[in-house]
Amino acid sequence: MTKSELILKITSKNSYLYHKDVYKIIDTLFNCVTQALKNGDRVELRGFGTFTTKLRNARIGRNPKTGDPVAIPQKKMPFFKMGKSMKERINS
Amino acid sequence: MKKTWTKNDLIEKIQSEIGISLSDSSKIFEEIVEEILSSLENGNDVKISNFGTFSVKKKKSRLGRNPKTGDEKEITARNVISFYPSKTVKSKIS
Repeated sequence: MTKSELILKITSKNSYLYHKDVYKIIDTLFNCVTQALKNGDRVELRGFGTFTTKLRNARIGRNPKTGDPVAIPQKKMPFFKMGKSMKERINS
Repeated sequence: MKKTWTKNDLIEKIQSEIGISLSDSSKIFEEIVEEILSSLENGNDVKISNFGTFSVKKKKSRLGRNPKTGDEKEITARNVISFYPSKTVKSKIS
C-alpha cells in the first residue's frame, strides 16, 4: 500500500472530507512524527509502535569502488519498534 | 527536554492544523492506523513517500540461549515489522 492508496481508502470512508483534506491530514501526521524525532523526542503510539532515534557514531568508511577512505560524521537515525498488539496481530 | 509524543498529541495537532473536530480527528487517526495494520497483516508493505516503508519480515526459528542460565531453547518462527526511513526523513533528522 502506498500513501496515495491510503488517502483513497480514508477518503472513501469519510465522504464529508475532500481528497485534499485527507492528503493534508496524512501529511501533517507523518510530518509531526518527523519533527518530533528531529527534536530528539520519541513518539509512542499504543497499538502501533514507537518511533525513536538512535545515534550512529562517526566512522571512517570507504568508497567501495576506489577504496578511498571517507569520513562519515556522527548521525541520528530514525528507529521503529513495533508495539505489543501489532506483534500479536501479525503473528496470528 | 526530551518529550514523549502520544496519540493524543498527534490527534490535537491534526485537529488544529486541519480545522476538524477532535472526535473526527481521532476517528480518522484510528482509521489510518487500522489501514496500515491490516495491510501489514496481509503481508503487504506500506510505503509512505517522504516518510518511509514498513515491511513484514519472516524470521525463521532458531536456537537461542537463556543468557542467565545458559539453557538452550528454540526461538519459534515469527514475523516482525521493519521500518526503513526515507532519505528525506534521514536528512531532516541528522
